[in-house]
Amino acid sequence: MIEFRKEYFADERDDNLNEIGKPTQRQDALGHVTGRSPYFDDHLFEGLLHIRCVRSPHDHARIRRIDTSAAERMPGVVRIVLGKDVPNNLNTLLSLLDFGIDDEPLISDKKVSYKGEPVAAVIAESERAARDAVAQVRVDWEVLPAVLDVEEAIKPGAPVVNDVYPGNRFVYHGKYDHQKLRFGDVEAAFRQADRIIEGRYQMSPIEQAPTETCGAIAAPETNDRYVVYTSTQALFFSLDTTSKLLRVPSNRLHLIGGTVGGGFGGKVDSLHEPMAVLGTMLTGRPCKYIFDRHEEMQVGAPRGAERWYLKDGVMNDGRIIARKFTGYFDSGAYTRLSSYAIIKAVGHLPGPYTIPNVYADVYCVFTNRTPATAMRGFGITGVDFAIECHMDKIAHELGMDPIELRILNAYRDGDMKAHRRLAKNTALIECCHVAAEKAGWPLSQAARQASSLRDGGGARAEIPHTVTDQHGRVEGYTAGSYAQKKRPSGPAGQARGPQSPASHPSRDSIAVPSSFDRAPQPMSRPAPSAPPASAAVAPPPPPTAQRPAEQHAPEQRRVTRFSSISGLRRR
Amino acid sequence: MARKPLQFQLNGRHQAVFTDDGQNLLDLLRRGVGDLTPKYGCGQGTCGTCTVLIDGEPHLSCLTLAETVDGRQITTTAGLAEGAELHPLQTAFMDNFAAQCGYCTPGMLLAAKALLDRNPSPTREEVVEAISGNICRCTGYEPIINAILDAAGRRNQRRYG
Amino acid sequence: MALHRGRGFAAINYPIGMNLGGDPSQALVHSNPGGKFMVALSSIDLGQGMKSVTRQIAAETLGVPVEDVYVDTADSDTGPHCMGSFASRGTHRVGNAVIEAAREARAVMLEAAAEELEVDPGDLVTDGQGNIHVKGAPSRTITTAEACAAAQFRQGRTVSGRGIFLIPLSEVDPETGEQTPVSCFAHAAMIVEVEVDDETGEVAVLEMNSAYELGRALNPKLVEQQLVGGAWMGMSHAAWETTEPYYPDRDHGPIDFNSYLMPGPGDIAPHSIAVLERPAPDGPYGGKGPGEMCANPVLPAVANAVFNAVGVRIDELPITPEKVLRGIRANGGARPQGRP
Repeated sequence: MIEFRKEYFADERDDNLNEIGKPTQRQDALGHVTGRSPYFDDHLFEGLLHIRCVRSPHDHARIRRIDTSAAERMPGVVRIVLGKDVPNNLNTLLSLLDFGIDDEPLISDKKVSYKGEPVAAVIAESERAARDAVAQVRVDWEVLPAVLDVEEAIKPGAPVVNDVYPGNRFVYHGKYDHQKLRFGDVEAAFRQADRIIEGRYQMSPIEQAPTETCGAIAAPETNDRYVVYTSTQALFFSLDTTSKLLRVPSNRLHLIGGTVGGGFGGKVDSLHEPMAVLGTMLTGRPCKYIFDRHEEMQVGAPRGAERWYLKDGVMNDGRIIARKFTGYFDSGAYTRLSSYAIIKAVGHLPGPYTIPNVYADVYCVFTNRTPATAMRGFGITGVDFAIECHMDKIAHELGMDPIELRILNAYRDGDMKAHRRLAKNTALIECCHVAAEKAGWPLSQAARQASSLRDGGGARAEIPHTVTDQHGRVEGYTAGSYAQKKRPSGPAGQARGPQSPASHPSRDSIAVPSSFDRAPQPMSRPAPSAPPASAAVAPPPPPTAQRPAEQHAPEQRRVTRFSSISGLRRR
Repeated sequence: MARKPLQFQLNGRHQAVFTDDGQNLLDLLRRGVGDLTPKYGCGQGTCGTCTVLIDGEPHLSCLTLAETVDGRQITTTAGLAEGAELHPLQTAFMDNFAAQCGYCTPGMLLAAKALLDRNPSPTREEVVEAISGNICRCTGYEPIINAILDAAGRRNQRRYG
Repeated sequence: MALHRGRGFAAINYPIGMNLGGDPSQALVHSNPGGKFMVALSSIDLGQGMKSVTRQIAAETLGVPVEDVYVDTADSDTGPHCMGSFASRGTHRVGNAVIEAAREARAVMLEAAAEELEVDPGDLVTDGQGNIHVKGAPSRTITTAEACAAAQFRQGRTVSGRGIFLIPLSEVDPETGEQTPVSCFAHAAMIVEVEVDDETGEVAVLEMNSAYELGRALNPKLVEQQLVGGAWMGMSHAAWETTEPYYPDRDHGPIDFNSYLMPGPGDIAPHSIAVLERPAPDGPYGGKGPGEMCANPVLPAVANAVFNAVGVRIDELPITPEKVLRGIRANGGARPQGRP
């Protein structure tokens, strides 16, 4: 049952729209109920080949030898692909944004760091022939000690999971083995607090488990291009990753998605498109690479486990005056997207509350398990579980109503947040009110009278004196250009003060030109505030990240990520 | 690999094909006959996206040996509509917004059809039982249950509204 | 030997769009000579309704009925670059790109109509039904189809538009973590009622009451789909799912849906939802995307409800009967906390 509480924030909305707000039937509804909606596998190809991988049965092992001779003789086998057949066999997904260091092969040939890691790909006339041949590939493994616990993995002497990061931690800004959040002085605040409340929270990995598994079918197109039908959630991510790994110019790749049969973040890793295209490049025939459900469950990247330690300084009246986080994201064997999740999590802390002193150290840790990836709520779900269980603990200890505790500490318009931006457009308090009302949960008058639009700002808008530190410093890494400071005195041009709402898009704020010149040039638009020199206009420079005593100069195609036809829109 | 001739009715039309040794019905329907409406979700018989009706009974085509359908009547989602006119279940699924990604929808529709064909006025519990072999990851099941009850001509309103 | 009921609360906010920005999306909008519009995107619809919501946004901006617009997605040849469908960015980024493209196309259409009607384009309005007329003089009118035909065959104009939406990439301070994560946040508060069996440890979710603030409900039915489906996934995440039941040990990892547990249709709870709308200043018609945050509040709300029911605090997900029973035993019995 759903209701729309239009009375809230009504004066900020124009509800008199034509199509917006209507319960219009979905464009794809008829396709879904007739079974006509096309998914990537709903295309038939003559001579389709099937790809299945030989996978590591060990958490951690060196590859001494791969013997494919028996497998090659199996009926229906067309080609067996090894790491050396991949034109550029090392990547990290976010190299497309110049963030991170290439650390993951498409097909591994030196060592494996998780159970299920692929070391060979068999291309055969049928799925069954491919499976039978996979079983005939002989691999000599030298089993290595493995580490599966995030806090064990960062101890000195732990097995090195990922050779690019011998400390088993992603390196941020080329400087630190974690991402810091520093706002105020939590230690001083702890000394002033009436109580200290601590907690440890653990979220295990979960699968996105869409009903459609990950996959792609590649085929030669009519000219010298490859067409790829894919289940990806990010068409150009997959296209550019394929282009990089296989050294194929991006305009020779034509990616087509259909409807995706559920994604939830699990279809962004772009593993299937490069493999399928490689198969087609090597055989000249259409090739399908798809996870079966067993692979989807244990080889396909899950939501990574997270471990959070929280320590709060709390006053007896319920005000939280300090919050300290130590967070460990379990990235599994490779970086993929986890490095980015940590930054997203840090930007989210301490939750939707105004807390005057906040401290966080958040680590992206490598362990010998299936690499993690995005999932619904990426970077946020785990820490929100920790925060909201912790709030409940606090309420219980203080003998305070849990909802009243939220409302007391909730952020309001104009409050300064721990990532040093002012809160605006907030609505936590109103959500608390309405949920409580629906559940018949009584609140005090003071709680019922609270509002997101009142009592924020003022002293709450200030940035406190902040204690910083250099702990966790590492040497020998440089950062790519992603999210890097360009000038010493803090980011310029980023809005700090409360922003006046831009004119509502439904009212035509753009004057219709009286003579419309169709020559390609940008339309007139409201004058943006001066873009900072660091605005993402130019293509990022090629990655300069280096390992200690090692020149890592990847053959990098310059990928322009931030150009557009019609110019940038400054927001 | 041995090939066996096979004849069966698919959505009321006669099919004559060859099946490979050990081929499952899902693979035969999709790649042999070209009916792409039953889907591959697991190949393990646990998700229901491959559901087809064989002589009116729901079966998991990924676990059904193709050669066992010789002489049988198979219904897939492609056969639900009567010409251009949608089956009441299809209309009800649309009206109740019971599909998001749509991948489980073909299997759900057939499980529902099998139910309504033998029990035109099911209780909510009977609907739940009938679709318990079909996994949906998007909708949370509520709109699907409502759609099936709607199609049965009766809407079982929850006490909570 | 008893069933204990408990209620738990959680409140969250959620950042809309790819963290730090720098995630552009483009759209192209063009009309055929009959005034029917096509929106070309490379963006992906994974069931969340990308095609449907961008269709409504385009129709609203163009000033035509939704039936006159179709959206094509997921082709890298015909759809311009989009970063992808993740991070709750679709509605916000792609929606805004569609608005920009549709505005440009609309402007050309009005130019064409103005030339046909011999008025100034600034004097024209669309009625959302397929007509363009002079403000205050509805009899001086032309259909959108006629305007588009005139544009293409007589005037030599393309009734089309391009759009891009980009939030410039934010920096992150290495020492303080200072950053601009996103430009807007959605909010939610959730109350879950559970029943815990102190003999088996099983947790049944009985009822959910929630309030979600999501900027603008661009399509109330699509919003409902996300919030109902998302809350189900949150419930599943709280007390059913895991790929590693003995994390960090990898033993007994499920390989099929028999061992990967999720609530079935017989396990679902009635969920009563309230939607609040505080438009984001830079959202398309104020919209924020509800697709991810709808699952998040359920996890802690269930854990808090279990504590309220039997006095067992479970800090490790998923909440399993085994963990509940171990907690009850450690406490010397169920300890209901009383209705808050």
